[in-house]
Parts: sequence; C-alpha cells; structure tokens
Amino acid sequence: MDFPELNSHSPEQTQLLGKYLGKLAQRGDTFLLTGELGAGKTCLTQGIARGLEIKENILSPSFVIIREHHGRLPLYHIDFYRLDHIAEIADLGLEEYLHGSGVCVIEWAERGIPVMPQDNLLIALSYVSNSEMERVVRLTPRGQRYEELVKQLETSLRQEELWS
Amino acid sequence: MRILGIETSCDETAAAVVENGKRIISNVIASQIDIHARYGGIVPEVASRQHLLAIVPVVEKAMTEARVSWQDIDGIAVTFGPGLAGSLLVGVNAAKAIALANGLPLVGVNHLEAHICANWLEGEKPVEFPCLCLVVSGGHSDLILMKGQTQFEKLGQTRDDAAGEALDKAARILGLGYPGGPAIEQAAEKGTPCLNFPRAWLRGSYDFSFSGLKTSLWHLVQKEQVSVVDTAASFQWAIVDVLVSKTVEAARDMEVKAILLSGGVAANLRLREHFAERSPVPIFIPSPILCTDNAAMVAACGYYRFQAGESSGYDIDVVPGLSLG
Repeated sequence: MDFPELNSHSPEQTQLLGKYLGKLAQRGDTFLLTGELGAGKTCLTQGIARGLEIKENILSPSFVIIREHHGRLPLYHIDFYRLDHIAEIADLGLEEYLHGSGVCVIEWAERGIPVMPQDNLLIALSYVSNSEMERVVRLTPRGQRYEELVKQLETSLRQEELWS
Repeated sequence: MRILGIETSCDETAAAVVENGKRIISNVIASQIDIHARYGGIVPEVASRQHLLAIVPVVEKAMTEARVSWQDIDGIAVTFGPGLAGSLLVGVNAAKAIALANGLPLVGVNHLEAHICANWLEGEKPVEFPCLCLVVSGGHSDLILMKGQTQFEKLGQTRDDAAGEALDKAARILGLGYPGGPAIEQAAEKGTPCLNFPRAWLRGSYDFSFSGLKTSLWHLVQKEQVSVVDTAASFQWAIVDVLVSKTVEAARDMEVKAILLSGGVAANLRLREHFAERSPVPIFIPSPILCTDNAAMVAACGYYRFQAGESSGYDIDVVPGLSLG
C-alpha cells in the first residue's frame, strides 16, 4: 500500500488528520505514536480527541503518564516519555486500558513495544529538514482491523480532498 | 487537631503528621528511605508496586518520627485524584484501612488543592482572600482564584505542555540530564538570557501554552551551534516571563490580596525573584521541600476540609481525572 505516508504542512493539518482518525476510531483501538520532541504527537492526539467528540483541552500527559477523556468513546491518552525501563511500563497496569472500552493513544510508544498489543496502528511523525512547520506522518497498520482503518482513512481524506 | 496525610498520586509515596493545618510534626517521603535495601532488587520508579512496597514503612516512619500513636491522631487525609489510578488506589486503600481500624474520620483530598495548602504550612503571615494561586509542576500549570479556604475557581491552565514539562524537555534537548528543571536552572545561572524565544501570550485568556517554545528550541539546536548556558538562561527566562506576566495581570484584573505559588517549578529561584519584583501584592511560596509532592500538604488540606465539616465515606473511590475549580 502506498497511501500510508502523508505530508502535513502545519499543526492544523496534523490535527485535521487526527480528527478524521478519531472519527473512524472504535472501542479497543490502539494507536502508537512515535517521533522526536515537538514532532506533533500531542497535536495529532488533540485532533483524535476532536474526532471522538471530546470537548476539553488535550494536554501532554508526559508527567502524569495517563490522562482520561470522555467523548463518543473514552480516550486514554498515555505517554511513556518519563519511563525508561520496560519494567516500569509493564507495571503500570495498562491492560485495563489497552483492552478496555475506549481508544488508547500512546506517545513515545517505541519504549513499550514489547508489552503493546500485536495488532495496532503505528503512527510515526518526523521533522522535515529546514522546515519548522512541515512534518511527515507515516502510518503502519498491524492486523486486519488497522489495515481496514487506514483504507477508510484514505477514502475519507480523498473525498474531502484534504490530501491529494 | 492532628491529621495523618497520605500521598501516592504519582511518583512519591509520602505520609506526614500535621497539627492544625500548620505545624509539621513529621513529613516522610519514600525516596528518602532506602526501600531498595529493605526489599532488594530493582523497584520501578513510577508504578503502583513501588507505592505498595513503600506505603506501610512510610506511614510507620511518619508516626514514629512524630512520636504519636493512633490515639493522638484525629483524622486521615488522602489524595484521591488527580493521578494514576493504580498509584492512587494504594494510598486510598491504606487510608481506608487505617481509618476503619482506628475508627477515625477520613477525607479525600484533591492533589492540586493540597499543593496550594502547602502555603499555609509553617506560614507566619496570614493569607488574605481572595488570592490567586499558580500551581506549576511537570503535570500542571493552573491559575486558580481562591475566594475562601475551600472555594476554588479555575481561571486558566496550559493548553498543551506544563511549564515543568517544557523545562524538562528543554534539558533533554540541550543534553543537560535529569531531573531537567533543576538542570536547566543550574545551567542558566552560568549564562545570560540573550536569545529571544517566542512567547505565546494568548491575549484575552489566562491560559498558557509552552509547546511552541519547545519546538522552537528543537529547531534552534538543529540549525546552529548554540551556547548551552545562554540557551538554558533564555529558555528559562521565556517561561518565567510568561508565568509571571500573566499571573500578575490576572492578579490585577481580579483585585486579589495575595499571590500563592506552589508545585515543583515554584522551587525555581528565578521564578521566585521575578514574582517578588513584579507582584503588586504579597507573594507566598512554600519552602522547596514543600513545593514538590509531599504528604504534609495533604494533611494540611484535609484539616481545612474537616474544619469545613466535610468528610468522605469509607467507600471513597479514586478519581484519576479530578480537576480543581
């Protein structure tokens, strides 16, 4: 599949991508976010929250580790930034979130890959050299649910002519 | 009235005995005790298991250091949110067990309100209401109007990163190590704030935003060779400038009688200095040990809740997403 790489030209566009993803999200979904500091992980999550019809502000969970929000579905916004050891992540008791009734969005997910569900949508955000605003967003679906989700996302983005 | 306070909302397992919301008789934080030596092996830093291992020795130590027995305690106060569900549960369940076993009243306390109450601990001067509270830490940057001892109204908060988080992430970008806040502060002392970082003023609102500042630092470091100490000083100044300017503006608008600082970032010396210079009203700041997470502030907060005639049932549950005001 060629689709999964997108260029975002602004934080607003990254949020819009998140919003469409949030609209398509289902109970039990896990989105794993990776990318440097400032690449737009929280920004994308703000969009996902909007797509889940969450009204409140989405703040970075780096220090508090988990922030819970309620919209069309619950959003469990999780962040491994401060967790340096896999044992710490394994000990957080994430099971009830990961297989729960909401959508899990996990920032700095690369630190916890071994204890993450095998089926997931990996979203890698990266900087484009010499550009303050532009980012590359690469989507890697693992498992049937997420392959379908990425196809649906592609369709809705093309319909709205948001990405050519 | 002597209150035992218990705090396990995130990183610290802590217990303290405080008299009349003011006099600290004991104040124990787990990281001060050698739990590793007690139990051996590696204990994860942020996990409910660590709280579970630490809670009993920490409470025992708080009681021993205070030289009190359960008959000398009049109530139990415990943080029930916001925080990590698993971590909060350890403290709340310990508090319930102690309260039930000794027939003591129990009160659940909001972690943010407790941070604010740290200003009443060891305080000589009385705080006049209404006052404005700035709670700044790794997880929070909240501006709260306090009209009475238990009356809170949130005026603003960060829309993305908390101030302490921005400082920590800047330390990581600059390779200054952990914990980032103190590392930036130390480096900044050796530099001058000669670089102009963008400030998000968000005019017409009392909200903050520090995410753009972090991204602009990232780009600067990628583009050119920078002086680490000057960059640290400039970055810290950008954060202090926004925090102080917006808080002072809100203090004027709300015609408050005092400004209260609390949370880990309130230990930052530059922040303290600039508040002292620019505030039109008296400034209250807890001593550095009471700015970071501790249980003395929880006990103090519980005291005022009990004084207001409140208490919680023994069926109190944790509220991880609890907000204030």
